[in-house]
Amino acid sequence: MASLSPEINARLELAVDRMPAFPKSVQKILELSRNINCAPKELIMVIEKDPVMTIKILKVLNSVYYSLPSKITSVSRAVVYIGINTVKNLALSFAAVGMLPSRNVAGFDIDRYLQHSLVTAGIARQLAQKHGNGQVDPMDCYVAGLLHDFGKVVFAQFMAAEFQEVLQKSSDRPLHEIESESIGVNHAVVGAMLIQRWNFPETLVECVRDHHENPVMDNPMSECLFLADTIAKRAAEVEGLPPVVYDSNWRGKHIVLSVDRAIASLGDLTAFSAEAQMFKQASRT
Amino acid sequence: MKVRLWGVRGSIACPGPHTLRYGGNTTCIEVRSDDNDLIVLDGGTGIFQLAQKLLNEMPVQANIFITHTHWDHIQGLPFFTPLYIPGNSLHIHGPFDPVTSNGIEKVMDIQLQYSYFPVREAEMRARIEYSTLTTGQTVAVGSATVTGTLLNHPVVNFGYRVEHNGKAVFFTGDHEPPYNIYEPDDEEFAEFEAIIAEKESEIVAAMSGVDVLICDSSYSREEYPTKKGFGHGTFDSSIRMARQAKVKRLVCTHHEPTRSDDQLEALFAEVMSRHPREPGDPEIVLAREGMEIEI
Repeated sequence: MASLSPEINARLELAVDRMPAFPKSVQKILELSRNINCAPKELIMVIEKDPVMTIKILKVLNSVYYSLPSKITSVSRAVVYIGINTVKNLALSFAAVGMLPSRNVAGFDIDRYLQHSLVTAGIARQLAQKHGNGQVDPMDCYVAGLLHDFGKVVFAQFMAAEFQEVLQKSSDRPLHEIESESIGVNHAVVGAMLIQRWNFPETLVECVRDHHENPVMDNPMSECLFLADTIAKRAAEVEGLPPVVYDSNWRGKHIVLSVDRAIASLGDLTAFSAEAQMFKQASRT
Repeated sequence: MKVRLWGVRGSIACPGPHTLRYGGNTTCIEVRSDDNDLIVLDGGTGIFQLAQKLLNEMPVQANIFITHTHWDHIQGLPFFTPLYIPGNSLHIHGPFDPVTSNGIEKVMDIQLQYSYFPVREAEMRARIEYSTLTTGQTVAVGSATVTGTLLNHPVVNFGYRVEHNGKAVFFTGDHEPPYNIYEPDDEEFAEFEAIIAEKESEIVAAMSGVDVLICDSSYSREEYPTKKGFGHGTFDSSIRMARQAKVKRLVCTHHEPTRSDDQLEALFAEVMSRHPREPGDPEIVLAREGMEIEI
Protein backbone atom coordinates (compact mmCIF):
# COMPACT_ATOMS: atom_id res chain seq x y z
CA MET A 1 0.00 0.00 0.00
CA ALA A 2 1.21 3.55 -0.76
CA SER A 3 3.08 5.16 2.07
CA LEU A 4 2.04 8.55 3.37
CA SER A 5 4.01 11.47 4.66
CA PRO A 6 4.24 11.47 8.46
CA GLU A 7 2.23 14.71 8.47
CA ILE A 8 -0.73 13.25 6.55
CA ASN A 9 -0.47 10.09 8.57
CA ALA A 10 -0.76 12.09 11.80
CA ARG A 11 -3.78 14.00 10.50
CA LEU A 12 -5.57 10.82 9.52
CA GLU A 13 -4.73 9.07 12.77
CA LEU A 14 -7.32 11.05 14.71
CA ALA A 15 -9.73 11.40 11.83
CA VAL A 16 -12.24 8.76 12.75
CA ASP A 17 -12.56 9.44 16.46
CA ARG A 18 -13.37 13.07 15.72
CA MET A 19 -15.58 12.34 12.74
CA PRO A 20 -19.19 13.43 13.25
CA ALA A 21 -21.95 11.11 12.02
CA PHE A 22 -24.72 11.85 9.54
CA PRO A 23 -27.52 14.21 10.63
CA LYS A 24 -30.32 11.68 10.21
CA SER A 25 -28.69 9.01 12.31
CA VAL A 26 -27.67 11.45 15.03
CA GLN A 27 -31.28 12.69 15.26
CA LYS A 28 -32.70 9.19 15.14
CA ILE A 29 -30.32 7.79 17.75
CA LEU A 30 -31.11 10.61 20.16
CA GLU A 31 -34.82 10.18 19.56
CA LEU A 32 -34.87 6.39 19.89
CA SER A 33 -32.67 6.28 22.94
CA ARG A 34 -34.98 8.57 24.88
CA ASN A 35 -37.37 5.64 25.02
CA ILE A 36 -36.00 2.94 27.31
CA ASN A 37 -38.15 0.35 25.54
CA CYS A 38 -37.10 1.25 22.00
CA ALA A 39 -36.87 -1.78 19.74
CA PRO A 40 -33.22 -2.81 19.31
CA LYS A 41 -33.75 -3.53 15.63
CA GLU A 42 -34.77 0.08 14.99
CA LEU A 43 -31.56 1.28 16.53
CA ILE A 44 -29.52 -1.15 14.47
CA MET A 45 -31.32 -0.08 11.30
CA VAL A 46 -30.11 3.47 11.90
CA ILE A 47 -26.52 2.51 12.71
CA GLU A 48 -26.30 0.21 9.70
CA LYS A 49 -27.18 3.07 7.38
CA ASP A 50 -24.49 5.40 8.63
CA PRO A 51 -20.93 4.69 7.48
CA VAL A 52 -19.44 6.74 10.33
CA MET A 53 -21.45 5.01 13.08
CA THR A 54 -20.79 1.62 11.53
CA ILE A 55 -17.07 2.08 11.21
CA LYS A 56 -16.82 3.37 14.79
CA ILE A 57 -18.77 0.42 16.21
CA LEU A 58 -16.71 -2.08 14.26
CA LYS A 59 -13.52 -0.32 15.26
CA VAL A 60 -14.35 -0.87 18.93
CA LEU A 61 -15.19 -4.50 18.35
CA ASN A 62 -12.01 -5.22 16.44
CA SER A 63 -9.84 -3.51 19.03
CA VAL A 64 -7.29 -5.41 21.00
CA TYR A 65 -9.59 -5.76 24.01
CA TYR A 66 -11.97 -8.03 22.17
CA SER A 67 -9.60 -10.05 20.03
CA LEU A 68 -12.58 -12.22 19.21
CA PRO A 69 -12.27 -15.55 17.46
CA SER A 70 -14.00 -14.31 14.35
CA LYS A 71 -13.44 -10.75 13.19
CA ILE A 72 -16.47 -8.55 13.46
CA THR A 73 -17.70 -7.18 10.17
CA SER A 74 -21.37 -6.55 10.76
CA VAL A 75 -23.29 -4.46 13.27
CA SER A 76 -25.53 -7.46 14.04
CA ARG A 77 -22.47 -9.40 15.13
CA ALA A 78 -21.50 -6.48 17.35
CA VAL A 79 -24.92 -6.66 19.01
CA VAL A 80 -24.55 -10.36 19.78
CA TYR A 81 -21.01 -9.98 21.07
CA ILE A 82 -20.97 -6.80 23.16
CA GLY A 83 -24.72 -6.51 23.67
CA ILE A 84 -27.39 -4.14 22.46
CA ASN A 85 -26.99 -1.78 25.42
CA THR A 86 -23.30 -1.24 24.87
CA VAL A 87 -23.92 -0.70 21.15
CA LYS A 88 -26.67 1.80 22.00
CA ASN A 89 -24.46 3.73 24.39
CA LEU A 90 -21.59 3.74 21.93
CA ALA A 91 -23.96 5.14 19.29
CA LEU A 92 -25.04 7.84 21.75
CA SER A 93 -21.43 8.82 22.35
CA PHE A 94 -20.86 8.99 18.58
CA ALA A 95 -23.98 11.14 18.23
CA ALA A 96 -22.51 13.51 20.81
CA VAL A 97 -19.55 14.27 18.52
CA GLY A 98 -21.95 16.26 16.31
CA MET A 99 -23.35 16.08 12.78
CA LEU A 100 -21.60 16.19 9.44
CA PRO A 101 -22.50 19.41 7.62
CA SER A 102 -24.30 18.69 4.33
CA ARG A 103 -22.03 21.21 2.56
CA ASN A 104 -18.57 21.21 4.03
CA VAL A 105 -15.57 23.45 3.44
CA ALA A 106 -14.24 21.22 0.66
CA GLY A 107 -17.53 21.49 -1.25
CA PHE A 108 -18.01 17.74 -1.02
CA ASP A 109 -21.62 16.63 -1.45
CA ILE A 110 -22.18 14.51 1.64
CA ASP A 111 -25.74 13.55 0.64
CA ARG A 112 -24.61 12.15 -2.67
CA TYR A 113 -21.83 10.27 -0.93
CA LEU A 114 -24.29 8.68 1.50
CA GLN A 115 -26.71 7.86 -1.31
CA HIS A 116 -24.00 6.08 -3.29
CA SER A 117 -22.70 4.21 -0.23
CA LEU A 118 -26.16 2.97 0.71
CA VAL A 119 -27.05 1.90 -2.82
CA THR A 120 -23.70 0.10 -3.23
CA ALA A 121 -24.21 -1.61 0.14
CA GLY A 122 -27.72 -2.78 -0.75
CA ILE A 123 -26.64 -4.09 -4.16
CA ALA A 124 -23.54 -5.81 -2.72
CA ARG A 125 -25.70 -7.61 -0.15
CA GLN A 126 -28.13 -8.78 -2.80
CA LEU A 127 -25.39 -9.90 -5.19
CA ALA A 128 -23.86 -11.94 -2.38
CA GLN A 129 -27.23 -13.50 -1.57
CA LYS A 130 -28.02 -14.32 -5.19
CA HIS A 131 -24.64 -15.19 -6.65
CA GLY A 132 -22.23 -15.68 -3.74
CA ASN A 133 -22.73 -19.45 -3.56
CA GLY A 134 -22.10 -19.31 0.16
CA GLN A 135 -18.56 -18.01 -0.36
CA VAL A 136 -19.33 -14.54 0.98
CA ASP A 137 -21.40 -13.31 3.88
CA PRO A 138 -24.09 -10.93 2.56
CA MET A 139 -23.80 -8.69 5.64
CA ASP A 140 -20.03 -8.44 5.22
CA CYS A 141 -20.62 -7.37 1.62
CA TYR A 142 -23.16 -4.80 2.82
CA VAL A 143 -20.53 -3.35 5.17
CA ALA A 144 -17.93 -3.35 2.38
CA GLY A 145 -20.35 -1.36 0.20
CA LEU A 146 -21.21 1.04 2.99
CA LEU A 147 -17.56 1.75 3.81
CA HIS A 148 -15.82 1.54 0.44
CA ASP A 149 -15.66 5.32 -0.14
CA PHE A 150 -15.04 6.22 3.50
CA GLY A 151 -11.70 7.78 2.49
CA LYS A 152 -13.63 10.57 0.75
CA VAL A 153 -15.33 11.77 3.93
CA VAL A 154 -12.00 11.64 5.71
CA PHE A 155 -10.47 13.86 3.02
CA ALA A 156 -13.45 16.22 3.07
CA GLN A 157 -13.38 16.59 6.85
CA PHE A 158 -9.69 16.60 7.62
CA MET A 159 -7.92 17.69 4.41
CA ALA A 160 -10.58 20.11 3.20
CA ALA A 161 -8.31 22.50 1.28
CA GLU A 162 -6.48 19.74 -0.62
CA PHE A 163 -9.71 17.89 -1.34
CA GLN A 164 -11.45 21.03 -2.59
CA GLU A 165 -8.72 21.40 -5.20
CA VAL A 166 -9.15 17.76 -6.20
CA LEU A 167 -12.90 18.15 -6.56
CA GLN A 168 -12.49 21.23 -8.76
CA LYS A 169 -10.25 19.28 -11.14
CA SER A 170 -12.42 16.19 -11.28
CA SER A 171 -15.10 17.13 -13.81
CA ASP A 172 -13.61 15.15 -16.69
CA ARG A 173 -11.28 12.63 -15.02
CA PRO A 174 -11.81 9.98 -12.33
CA LEU A 175 -11.56 11.39 -8.82
CA HIS A 176 -9.20 8.72 -7.52
CA GLU A 177 -6.58 9.53 -10.17
CA ILE A 178 -6.54 13.21 -9.27
CA GLU A 179 -6.40 12.36 -5.56
CA SER A 180 -3.33 10.23 -6.15
CA GLU A 181 -1.63 13.04 -8.09
CA SER A 182 -2.51 15.90 -5.75
CA ILE A 183 -2.59 14.29 -2.31
CA GLY A 184 -0.27 11.39 -3.04
CA VAL A 185 -2.85 8.80 -2.13
CA ASN A 186 -6.44 8.13 -3.20
CA HIS A 187 -9.57 7.63 -1.08
CA ALA A 188 -9.58 3.86 -1.63
CA VAL A 189 -6.09 3.52 -0.20
CA VAL A 190 -6.81 5.86 2.72
CA GLY A 191 -10.05 3.99 3.57
CA ALA A 192 -8.22 0.67 3.42
CA MET A 193 -5.35 2.02 5.49
CA LEU A 194 -7.66 3.15 8.27
CA ILE A 195 -9.54 -0.12 8.51
CA GLN A 196 -6.32 -2.08 8.35
CA ARG A 197 -5.02 -0.09 11.28
CA TRP A 198 -8.04 -1.25 13.29
CA ASN A 199 -7.46 -4.92 12.57
CA PHE A 200 -10.47 -5.35 10.31
CA PRO A 201 -10.31 -8.56 8.30
CA GLU A 202 -7.80 -8.54 5.46
CA THR A 203 -10.53 -9.39 2.93
CA LEU A 204 -12.34 -6.16 3.78
CA VAL A 205 -9.13 -4.11 3.63
CA GLU A 206 -8.34 -5.59 0.22
CA CYS A 207 -11.69 -4.94 -1.35
CA VAL A 208 -11.84 -1.32 -0.15
CA ARG A 209 -8.29 -0.73 -1.40
CA ASP A 210 -8.92 -2.26 -4.83
CA HIS A 211 -12.44 -1.10 -5.58
CA HIS A 212 -11.31 1.08 -8.47
CA GLU A 213 -9.54 -1.72 -10.28
CA ASN A 214 -10.89 -4.92 -11.77
CA PRO A 215 -10.52 -7.37 -8.89
CA VAL A 216 -7.62 -9.71 -9.45
CA MET A 217 -7.20 -10.94 -5.89
CA ASP A 218 -8.77 -14.24 -4.94
CA ASN A 219 -11.41 -12.46 -2.89
CA PRO A 220 -15.10 -12.98 -3.65
CA MET A 221 -16.03 -9.97 -1.51
CA SER A 222 -13.80 -7.82 -3.74
CA GLU A 223 -15.68 -9.00 -6.80
CA CYS A 224 -18.99 -8.37 -5.13
CA LEU A 225 -18.03 -4.82 -4.16
CA PHE A 226 -16.56 -4.07 -7.58
CA LEU A 227 -19.77 -5.15 -9.27
CA ALA A 228 -21.98 -3.33 -6.77
CA ASP A 229 -19.99 -0.09 -7.06
CA THR A 230 -20.17 -0.18 -10.85
CA ILE A 231 -23.87 -1.00 -10.83
CA ALA A 232 -24.62 1.71 -8.27
CA LYS A 233 -22.94 4.23 -10.55
CA ARG A 234 -25.02 2.92 -13.45
CA ALA A 235 -28.13 3.33 -11.35
CA ALA A 236 -27.19 6.91 -10.62
CA GLU A 237 -26.64 7.41 -14.35
CA VAL A 238 -30.33 6.79 -14.85
CA GLU A 239 -30.87 9.79 -12.67
CA GLY A 240 -28.82 11.93 -15.08
CA LEU A 241 -25.13 11.83 -14.17
CA PRO A 242 -22.14 11.33 -16.55
CA PRO A 243 -21.96 7.87 -18.18
CA VAL A 244 -20.09 5.16 -16.36
CA VAL A 245 -17.35 3.33 -18.24
CA TYR A 246 -16.75 -0.31 -17.37
CA ASP A 247 -15.14 -3.36 -18.89
CA SER A 248 -17.98 -5.39 -20.37
CA ASN A 249 -15.72 -8.44 -20.73
CA TRP A 250 -14.87 -8.66 -17.05
CA ARG A 251 -16.07 -11.77 -15.18
CA GLY A 252 -15.37 -12.59 -11.55
CA LYS A 253 -13.65 -15.77 -10.52
CA HIS A 254 -16.21 -16.47 -7.81
CA ILE A 255 -19.14 -14.36 -8.94
CA VAL A 256 -19.01 -15.36 -12.57
CA LEU A 257 -21.16 -12.61 -14.03
CA SER A 258 -20.63 -9.69 -16.35
CA VAL A 259 -21.81 -6.29 -15.13
CA ASP A 260 -24.74 -6.43 -17.56
CA ARG A 261 -25.87 -9.88 -16.43
CA ALA A 262 -25.54 -8.84 -12.82
CA ILE A 263 -27.71 -5.79 -13.45
CA ALA A 264 -30.31 -7.91 -15.20
CA SER A 265 -30.41 -10.31 -12.24
CA LEU A 266 -31.16 -7.52 -9.77
CA GLY A 267 -34.37 -6.31 -11.38
CA ASP A 268 -35.47 -2.78 -10.63
CA LEU A 269 -32.44 -0.78 -9.53
CA THR A 270 -34.51 2.21 -8.50
CA ALA A 271 -35.69 0.22 -5.49
CA PHE A 272 -32.17 0.49 -4.02
CA SER A 273 -31.94 4.22 -4.55
CA ALA A 274 -35.48 4.78 -3.28
CA GLU A 275 -34.58 3.17 0.03
CA ALA A 276 -31.43 5.25 0.34
CA GLN A 277 -33.32 8.37 -0.68
CA MET A 278 -35.76 7.89 2.18
CA PHE A 279 -32.96 7.86 4.69
CA LYS A 280 -31.37 10.92 3.16
CA GLN A 281 -34.49 13.02 2.86
CA ALA A 282 -35.58 12.42 6.39
CA SER A 283 -32.31 13.99 7.52
CA ARG A 284 -33.48 17.39 6.35
CA THR A 285 -36.67 17.39 8.41
CA MET B 1 -9.84 -26.49 45.01
CA LYS B 2 -12.31 -24.79 47.37
CA VAL B 3 -15.09 -22.37 46.59
CA ARG B 4 -16.87 -20.23 49.16
CA LEU B 5 -19.79 -17.94 48.42
CA TRP B 6 -19.72 -14.66 50.35
CA GLY B 7 -22.57 -12.94 48.51
CA VAL B 8 -25.28 -14.39 46.28
CA ARG B 9 -27.77 -11.55 45.95
CA GLY B 10 -28.31 -9.51 42.78
CA SER B 11 -28.66 -5.74 42.36
CA ILE B 12 -28.69 -4.52 45.98
CA ALA B 13 -27.84 -5.88 49.39
CA CYS B 14 -31.01 -6.86 51.25
CA PRO B 15 -30.39 -8.04 54.80
CA GLY B 16 -33.43 -8.82 56.92
CA PRO B 17 -35.62 -11.56 58.33
CA HIS B 18 -36.71 -12.73 54.87
CA THR B 19 -33.19 -13.36 53.56
CA LEU B 20 -31.58 -14.99 56.60
CA ARG B 21 -31.13 -18.44 55.08
CA TYR B 22 -29.74 -17.48 51.67
CA GLY B 23 -28.16 -14.18 52.65
CA GLY B 24 -28.48 -10.54 51.66
CA ASN B 25 -24.98 -9.62 50.47
CA THR B 26 -24.19 -8.94 46.83
CA THR B 27 -21.81 -11.01 44.75
CA CYS B 28 -18.45 -12.19 46.03
CA ILE B 29 -16.87 -15.62 45.59
CA GLU B 30 -13.65 -16.88 47.14
CA VAL B 31 -11.77 -19.58 45.25
CA ARG B 32 -8.73 -21.29 46.76
CA SER B 33 -6.42 -23.30 44.58
CA ASP B 34 -4.90 -26.52 45.88
CA ASP B 35 -1.85 -24.40 46.81
CA ASN B 36 -4.17 -22.06 48.77
CA ASP B 37 -3.65 -19.18 46.32
CA LEU B 38 -6.50 -16.69 46.74
CA ILE B 39 -8.73 -15.80 43.82
CA VAL B 40 -11.70 -13.53 44.49
CA LEU B 41 -14.47 -13.24 41.92
CA ASP B 42 -16.24 -9.86 42.23
CA GLY B 43 -16.26 -7.35 45.06
CA GLY B 44 -19.91 -6.92 46.02
CA THR B 45 -20.82 -6.33 49.66
CA GLY B 46 -19.98 -9.96 50.47
CA ILE B 47 -16.27 -9.11 50.17
CA PHE B 48 -16.43 -7.31 53.53
CA GLN B 49 -17.03 -10.58 55.40
CA LEU B 50 -14.21 -12.21 53.44
CA ALA B 51 -11.94 -9.33 54.43
CA GLN B 52 -12.61 -9.99 58.13
CA LYS B 53 -11.51 -13.59 57.73
CA LEU B 54 -8.39 -12.60 55.81
CA LEU B 55 -7.21 -10.37 58.67
CA ASN B 56 -6.18 -13.61 60.37
CA GLU B 57 -4.04 -14.61 57.39
CA MET B 58 -1.73 -11.64 56.89
CA PRO B 59 0.01 -10.78 54.68
CA VAL B 60 -2.77 -11.09 52.12
CA GLN B 61 -1.99 -11.74 48.49
CA ALA B 62 -5.19 -11.61 46.51
CA ASN B 63 -6.11 -11.65 42.85
CA ILE B 64 -9.53 -10.09 42.41
CA PHE B 65 -11.33 -10.65 39.11
CA ILE B 66 -14.18 -8.27 38.40
CA THR B 67 -16.83 -9.65 36.01
CA HIS B 68 -18.21 -6.17 35.33
CA THR B 69 -18.42 -2.83 37.05
CA HIS B 70 -22.07 -2.58 38.10
CA TRP B 71 -22.36 -1.54 41.75
CA ASP B 72 -23.48 -4.91 43.11
CA HIS B 73 -20.20 -6.42 41.89
CA ILE B 74 -17.77 -3.70 43.05
CA GLN B 75 -19.35 -1.86 45.95
CA GLY B 76 -17.52 -3.77 48.65
CA LEU B 77 -14.05 -3.08 47.22
CA PRO B 78 -13.33 0.10 49.24
CA PHE B 79 -14.28 -1.90 52.38
CA PHE B 80 -11.82 -4.70 51.63
CA THR B 81 -9.80 -4.09 54.77
CA PRO B 82 -6.51 -5.67 53.56
CA LEU B 83 -6.23 -2.68 51.17
CA TYR B 84 -5.30 -0.45 54.09
CA ILE B 85 -2.53 -2.56 55.55
CA PRO B 86 1.07 -2.31 54.30
CA GLY B 87 2.62 -5.58 53.24
CA ASN B 88 -0.55 -6.82 51.52
CA SER B 89 -0.73 -7.04 47.80
CA LEU B 90 -3.80 -6.95 45.59
CA HIS B 91 -4.07 -7.46 41.91
CA ILE B 92 -7.39 -6.38 40.38
CA HIS B 93 -8.30 -7.72 36.94
CA GLY B 94 -11.27 -6.92 34.73
CA PRO B 95 -12.60 -6.02 31.31
CA PHE B 96 -12.32 -2.81 29.28
CA ASP B 97 -15.39 -0.62 28.92
CA PRO B 98 -15.65 0.62 25.33
CA VAL B 99 -18.31 3.21 26.18
CA THR B 100 -16.15 5.17 28.63
CA SER B 101 -12.82 3.88 27.27
CA ASN B 102 -11.91 3.02 30.86
CA GLY B 103 -9.84 0.05 31.84
CA ILE B 104 -10.39 -1.72 35.17
CA GLU B 105 -7.95 0.68 36.90
CA LYS B 106 -10.88 3.10 37.30
CA VAL B 107 -12.96 0.63 39.36
CA MET B 108 -11.65 1.92 42.69
CA ASP B 109 -10.95 5.51 41.75
CA ILE B 110 -14.50 6.11 40.56
CA GLN B 111 -15.84 5.05 43.98
CA LEU B 112 -13.36 7.09 45.97
CA GLN B 113 -14.41 10.59 45.00
CA TYR B 114 -14.22 12.68 48.13
CA SER B 115 -17.95 13.44 48.43
CA TYR B 116 -18.71 9.72 48.43
CA PHE B 117 -15.83 8.15 50.34
CA PRO B 118 -13.37 9.66 52.80
CA VAL B 119 -10.17 7.85 51.80
CA ARG B 120 -8.18 8.43 48.63
CA GLU B 121 -6.62 5.58 46.72
CA ALA B 122 -3.18 7.02 47.43
CA GLU B 123 -3.86 6.49 51.13
CA MET B 124 -4.45 2.79 50.75
CA ARG B 125 -1.26 1.19 52.01
CA ALA B 126 -1.33 -2.19 50.31
CA ARG B 127 0.33 -2.66 46.97
CA ILE B 128 -2.42 -2.42 44.34
CA GLU B 129 -1.99 -3.44 40.74
CA TYR B 130 -4.53 -3.40 37.89
CA SER B 131 -4.73 -5.44 34.71
CA THR B 132 -7.32 -4.83 32.03
CA LEU B 133 -7.99 -8.15 30.37
CA THR B 134 -8.85 -9.07 26.83
CA THR B 135 -11.44 -11.71 26.14
CA GLY B 136 -9.99 -15.21 26.08
CA GLN B 137 -6.87 -14.08 27.94
CA THR B 138 -5.55 -16.49 30.56
CA VAL B 139 -3.95 -15.17 33.74
CA ALA B 140 -1.78 -17.35 35.98
CA VAL B 141 -2.35 -17.15 39.73
CA GLY B 142 0.31 -19.37 41.24
CA SER B 143 -0.17 -22.57 39.34
CA ALA B 144 -3.91 -21.96 38.82
CA THR B 145 -5.24 -20.15 35.75
CA VAL B 146 -8.13 -17.77 35.20
CA THR B 147 -9.60 -17.16 31.74
CA GLY B 148 -12.16 -14.48 30.91
CA THR B 149 -14.90 -14.89 28.31
CA LEU B 150 -17.14 -12.13 27.01
CA LEU B 151 -20.77 -12.78 27.99
CA ASN B 152 -23.92 -10.69 27.53
CA HIS B 153 -24.93 -7.87 29.89
CA PRO B 154 -25.68 -4.14 29.49
CA VAL B 155 -22.04 -3.40 30.32
CA VAL B 156 -19.14 -5.58 29.16
CA ASN B 157 -19.09 -8.65 31.42
CA PHE B 158 -16.52 -11.43 31.56
CA GLY B 159 -17.35 -14.88 32.85
CA TYR B 160 -14.28 -16.47 34.47
CA ARG B 161 -13.06 -20.02 34.33
CA VAL B 162 -10.70 -20.91 37.18
CA GLU B 163 -8.64 -24.07 36.74
CA HIS B 164 -6.14 -25.94 38.83
CA ASN B 165 -4.91 -29.53 38.81
CA GLY B 166 -7.61 -30.61 36.39
CA LYS B 167 -10.43 -29.09 38.43
CA ALA B 168 -12.46 -26.17 37.18
CA VAL B 169 -15.03 -23.58 38.24
CA PHE B 170 -16.84 -21.14 35.97
CA PHE B 171 -18.60 -18.03 37.23
CA THR B 172 -20.76 -16.11 34.77
CA GLY B 173 -21.07 -12.82 36.57
CA ASP B 174 -24.23 -11.36 35.05
CA HIS B 175 -25.35 -12.96 31.83
CA GLU B 176 -28.46 -13.07 29.70
CA PRO B 177 -28.25 -15.54 26.84
CA PRO B 178 -28.26 -13.42 23.66
CA TYR B 179 -31.66 -13.27 21.97
CA ASN B 180 -32.81 -12.42 18.49
CA ILE B 181 -33.75 -8.74 18.12
CA TYR B 182 -35.70 -9.50 14.93
CA GLU B 183 -39.09 -11.13 14.43
CA PRO B 184 -39.21 -14.53 12.69
CA ASP B 185 -40.61 -12.95 9.53
CA ASP B 186 -37.93 -10.23 9.33
CA GLU B 187 -35.35 -10.71 6.59
CA GLU B 188 -32.50 -10.45 9.10
CA PHE B 189 -33.86 -13.06 11.52
CA ALA B 190 -32.03 -16.13 10.18
CA GLU B 191 -28.65 -14.45 9.95
CA PHE B 192 -28.94 -13.05 13.46
CA GLU B 193 -29.93 -16.49 14.70
CA ALA B 194 -26.78 -17.94 13.13
CA ILE B 195 -24.54 -15.40 14.88
CA ILE B 196 -26.26 -16.20 18.20
CA ALA B 197 -25.67 -19.91 17.67
CA GLU B 198 -21.97 -19.21 17.03
CA LYS B 199 -21.68 -17.05 20.15
CA GLU B 200 -23.57 -19.57 22.32
CA SER B 201 -21.30 -22.38 21.26
CA GLU B 202 -18.30 -20.25 22.27
CA ILE B 203 -19.89 -19.65 25.68
CA VAL B 204 -20.65 -23.34 26.16
CA ALA B 205 -17.06 -24.18 25.16
CA ALA B 206 -15.73 -21.71 27.75
CA MET B 207 -17.65 -23.44 30.58
CA SER B 208 -17.42 -26.92 29.14
CA GLY B 209 -17.03 -29.77 31.62
CA VAL B 210 -16.41 -27.65 34.72
CA ASP B 211 -16.94 -29.18 38.14
CA VAL B 212 -18.93 -26.17 39.29
CA LEU B 213 -20.84 -23.62 37.22
CA ILE B 214 -22.01 -20.63 39.23
CA CYS B 215 -24.59 -19.03 37.02
CA ASP B 216 -26.79 -15.91 36.96
CA SER B 217 -30.31 -17.29 37.44
CA SER B 218 -32.10 -14.13 38.44
CA TYR B 219 -35.56 -14.71 37.05
CA SER B 220 -38.29 -17.27 36.73
CA ARG B 221 -39.40 -17.98 33.20
CA GLU B 222 -42.67 -16.20 34.00
CA GLU B 223 -40.82 -13.05 35.09
CA TYR B 224 -38.44 -13.03 32.14
CA PRO B 225 -40.63 -11.46 29.41
CA THR B 226 -40.88 -8.19 31.36
CA LYS B 227 -37.15 -8.30 32.18
CA LYS B 228 -35.86 -9.14 28.73
CA GLY B 229 -32.79 -7.08 27.89
CA PHE B 230 -31.92 -6.40 31.55
CA GLY B 231 -28.95 -8.71 31.15
CA HIS B 232 -29.86 -11.61 33.42
CA GLY B 233 -30.61 -15.27 32.95
CA THR B 234 -33.39 -17.47 34.24
CA PHE B 235 -33.26 -20.78 36.12
CA ASP B 236 -34.28 -22.45 32.89
CA SER B 237 -31.57 -20.78 30.80
CA SER B 238 -28.94 -21.74 33.39
CA ILE B 239 -30.07 -25.38 33.38
CA ARG B 240 -29.99 -25.43 29.59
CA MET B 241 -26.42 -24.07 29.50
CA ALA B 242 -25.27 -26.40 32.27
CA ARG B 243 -26.61 -29.40 30.36
CA GLN B 244 -25.04 -28.28 27.09
CA ALA B 245 -21.67 -27.68 28.74
CA LYS B 246 -21.93 -31.01 30.61
CA VAL B 247 -20.98 -29.45 33.93
CA LYS B 248 -21.05 -31.55 37.10
CA ARG B 249 -22.77 -29.09 39.41
CA LEU B 250 -24.84 -25.99 38.75
CA VAL B 251 -25.09 -23.33 41.45
CA CYS B 252 -27.92 -20.87 40.73
CA THR B 253 -27.09 -17.37 41.98
CA HIS B 254 -27.84 -13.63 41.70
CA HIS B 255 -31.09 -14.01 43.62
CA GLU B 256 -33.62 -11.25 43.15
CA PRO B 257 -33.45 -8.80 46.08
CA THR B 258 -37.24 -8.85 46.45
CA ARG B 259 -37.36 -12.64 46.73
CA SER B 260 -37.70 -13.99 50.27
CA ASP B 261 -36.10 -17.29 51.28
CA ASP B 262 -39.49 -19.01 51.18
CA GLN B 263 -40.30 -17.64 47.74
CA LEU B 264 -36.86 -18.61 46.46
CA GLU B 265 -37.28 -22.18 47.67
CA ALA B 266 -40.79 -22.44 46.25
CA LEU B 267 -39.63 -21.16 42.88
CA PHE B 268 -36.64 -23.50 42.87
CA ALA B 269 -38.89 -26.48 43.71
CA GLU B 270 -41.21 -25.56 40.85
CA VAL B 271 -38.26 -25.29 38.41
CA MET B 272 -36.81 -28.62 39.55
CA SER B 273 -40.16 -30.35 39.15
CA ARG B 274 -40.04 -29.37 35.49
CA HIS B 275 -36.43 -30.57 35.10
CA PRO B 276 -36.22 -33.99 36.75
CA ARG B 277 -32.65 -35.18 36.91
CA GLU B 278 -31.65 -37.40 34.02
CA PRO B 279 -28.46 -39.41 33.53
CA GLY B 280 -25.57 -37.04 32.81
CA ASP B 281 -27.42 -34.06 34.27
CA PRO B 282 -25.62 -31.79 36.71
CA GLU B 283 -26.54 -31.61 40.35
CA ILE B 284 -28.43 -28.33 40.75
CA VAL B 285 -28.42 -26.24 43.92
CA LEU B 286 -29.34 -22.75 45.05
CA ALA B 287 -26.43 -20.49 45.96
CA ARG B 288 -26.42 -19.66 49.65
CA GLU B 289 -24.22 -17.14 51.44
CA GLY B 290 -21.56 -19.08 53.36
CA MET B 291 -21.85 -22.15 51.15
CA GLU B 292 -18.59 -24.04 50.74
CA ILE B 293 -17.87 -26.38 47.87
CA GLU B 294 -14.85 -28.62 47.87
CA ILE B 295 -13.76 -30.00 44.53
